[in-house]
Amino acid sequence: MATELKIGQEAIEKKGWWQAYKWLVLRRTSQIGILLLFMLIPICKWISPEADCQLGWIMKGNLSSSKFFDTIPMTDPLLFLQMIAAGFTSIAVEAVIGALIILVFYLLVGGRVFCSWVCPVNIVTDAAFWLRTRLKLVGGTRFSRNIRYWLLGMVLIVSAVTGSLAYELINPVSMLHRGLFFGMGFGWLVIAAVFVFDLIITKRGWCTHICPVGAFYSLLGKVSPLRVRADARELCDDCGECYIVCPEAQIIKPVLKGKEKGIAPVILAGECTNCGRCIDVCAEDVFHFGNRYSVSPKPAPIAAKILNSKLSKNSLEQKS
Amino acid sequence: MSNSQSKQSQKKSRGKGISRRRFLNDMAGTACGVGLLGLGISMYSRSANAIKPLAIRPPGALPEKDFLAACTRCGICVRDCPYDILKLAKVGDKVPTGTPYFTARTGPCEMCEDIPCVPNCPTGALDHKLTDISKSRMGLAVVVDQETCIAFLGLRCEVCFNVCPVRGKAITLDYKHNERSGRHAMFIPVVHSEDCTGCGLCEKACILEDAPAIKIFPTHLAKGDLGHHYRVGWDQQKKKGGSLIKSTDKHKYNLPKGVRYDYEGVGLITDEQGNPIIEPNNTPVDPTDNNSESEMPGSSNPLDALNKGIQEAQ
Ligand code: SF4
Ligand code: SF4
Ligand code: SF4
Ligand code: SF4
Ligand code: SF4
Repeated sequence: MATELKIGQEAIEKKGWWQAYKWLVLRRTSQIGILLLFMLIPICKWISPEADCQLGWIMKGNLSSSKFFDTIPMTDPLLFLQMIAAGFTSIAVEAVIGALIILVFYLLVGGRVFCSWVCPVNIVTDAAFWLRTRLKLVGGTRFSRNIRYWLLGMVLIVSAVTGSLAYELINPVSMLHRGLFFGMGFGWLVIAAVFVFDLIITKRGWCTHICPVGAFYSLLGKVSPLRVRADARELCDDCGECYIVCPEAQIIKPVLKGKEKGIAPVILAGECTNCGRCIDVCAEDVFHFGNRYSVSPKPAPIAAKILNSKLSKNSLEQKS
Repeated sequence: MSNSQSKQSQKKSRGKGISRRRFLNDMAGTACGVGLLGLGISMYSRSANAIKPLAIRPPGALPEKDFLAACTRCGICVRDCPYDILKLAKVGDKVPTGTPYFTARTGPCEMCEDIPCVPNCPTGALDHKLTDISKSRMGLAVVVDQETCIAFLGLRCEVCFNVCPVRGKAITLDYKHNERSGRHAMFIPVVHSEDCTGCGLCEKACILEDAPAIKIFPTHLAKGDLGHHYRVGWDQQKKKGGSLIKSTDKHKYNLPKGVRYDYEGVGLITDEQGNPIIEPNNTPVDPTDNNSESEMPGSSNPLDALNKGIQEAQ
């Protein structure tokens, strides 16, 4: 327990503070930066109600649909699917283009990049996890992480049955993002419920067990080329810190310890959020961002280099 | 060696059986749970969406049912409205969460000529085909309270008439004789659904205190649904460009035997001999009250007379 409080201590000592927090800091910057971009208008109006807030038009809307510089449309592809399921098919071109843009983007950089770099709920659930660790809360209900895929199916079915975007009535992701700029109402209760659920009931409960949005992006992420690699897995000294910080801890072990089984040193699971926290926290620099195809990883520590030829063969097998 | 191997495989297969059963159990449990949740969401959405909002949708909004499937709740329309009248419903508002609406009494649609709220709607939940704001039908104004509208009290007001951007078509003033004073006219506001855009400027302007006498409702709440077989005579006349019947046409009525129609006489209320029919159980009236129906022969309900006529004929 005592060691848990010092997560990343070794990395800080060995690599310095920046290297031990780099991806976390960048990620939070991205999350907050995106929120600020959307918030320009409300902030401007709040400061001076009379101003016409030209700057604000950089980003209009919210994560459900938005417009960048009044030209580039973006639409959440899952919402787009729900629309079709609900029976609305005469969708304007703009939404079609917008959904494609988002789809292609996340197909390239990793589906759940949405989760760790954009989604505002991630800040809430990360905070809950941080507090849970701090308060040394353990236990709670455990259930399958696959529930989220069932729920994803349910979201679409519910749209079809009701003929409306029914899940949007309770979806905490859009509720929080929309609420921040357009008013939350009782939405805070829903967000608080997610926080409490993660804090007390299930560790990393919402994002890695339930959220259908995350599940959707997990499916997208299965094929994306940008991946966390563990080319230097030979250097792992079993400190276990990456398991603790990874929201989807179950996906690390097979790759990290999979050398004997011939598993490629690439985290190919769609659930990986590309948060890069494992890269930060590893004092031995086992992980790094790379692509799923590369056969010769970046100049890695010698131990890994020796294995290169073998690894590359494995990674090809893994893919097929 | 082989013995231990078979033992192992036995163990394995048993383990597999158990884990498969557990897997199936888990699956069934999950499916049930998820199904229940789905049912819950469906029902909640039904009730949430069924609250027919008194809130009015922005111009060009698709019919409510399509709108709820099409609007992503992005708020771009809200951002594009220069008058800041549009809002996205908050959780707990009586409008489906996240959908855009405005409240006429506090912030009516100013009917921008370029309708900036519509063209940026990404999905077409606000119909891009709407280019003439006077063609929008956000709702329908109704003079809901004739007891407080001061025009009905005999005072000059006409504020709603004067602010209406489609004045003279969407609202007209009917001149009525003021029976109470006996020598004044009343200027009664009358809304016409063919031209009212539902902008709510009239509701905003109504001079009453908190609650206005004229209110905007979603059209389906405000408008009756006239039977589709109905043909209104004067419309048909207009279409035809003249009277529908010739002066030589004879009136035909399916009157019961023993009752005839006589316009110049006492109408329907006659018997064979042309004498007035008197209801036997007609309630006696005070003869001193000359406002009462005491001067009217028989019941005030012509049906009674008809029935009586039929009885007598038999
Ligand atoms: S799993 Fe859902 S709530 Fe969590 S970060 Fe991803 S989209 Fe947001
Ligand atoms: S027409 Fe103008 S005032 Fe009316 S909702 Fe649209 S932008 Fe706002
Ligand atoms: S712009 Fe369209 S999709 Fe977005 S909130 Fe308004 S009506 Fe809904
Ligand atoms: S809502 Fe009122 S002001 Fe607007 S068009 Fe109708 S009658 Fe005129
Ligand atoms: S403004 Fe109000 S009180 Fe005046 S005429 Fe119109 S409805 Fe009546």
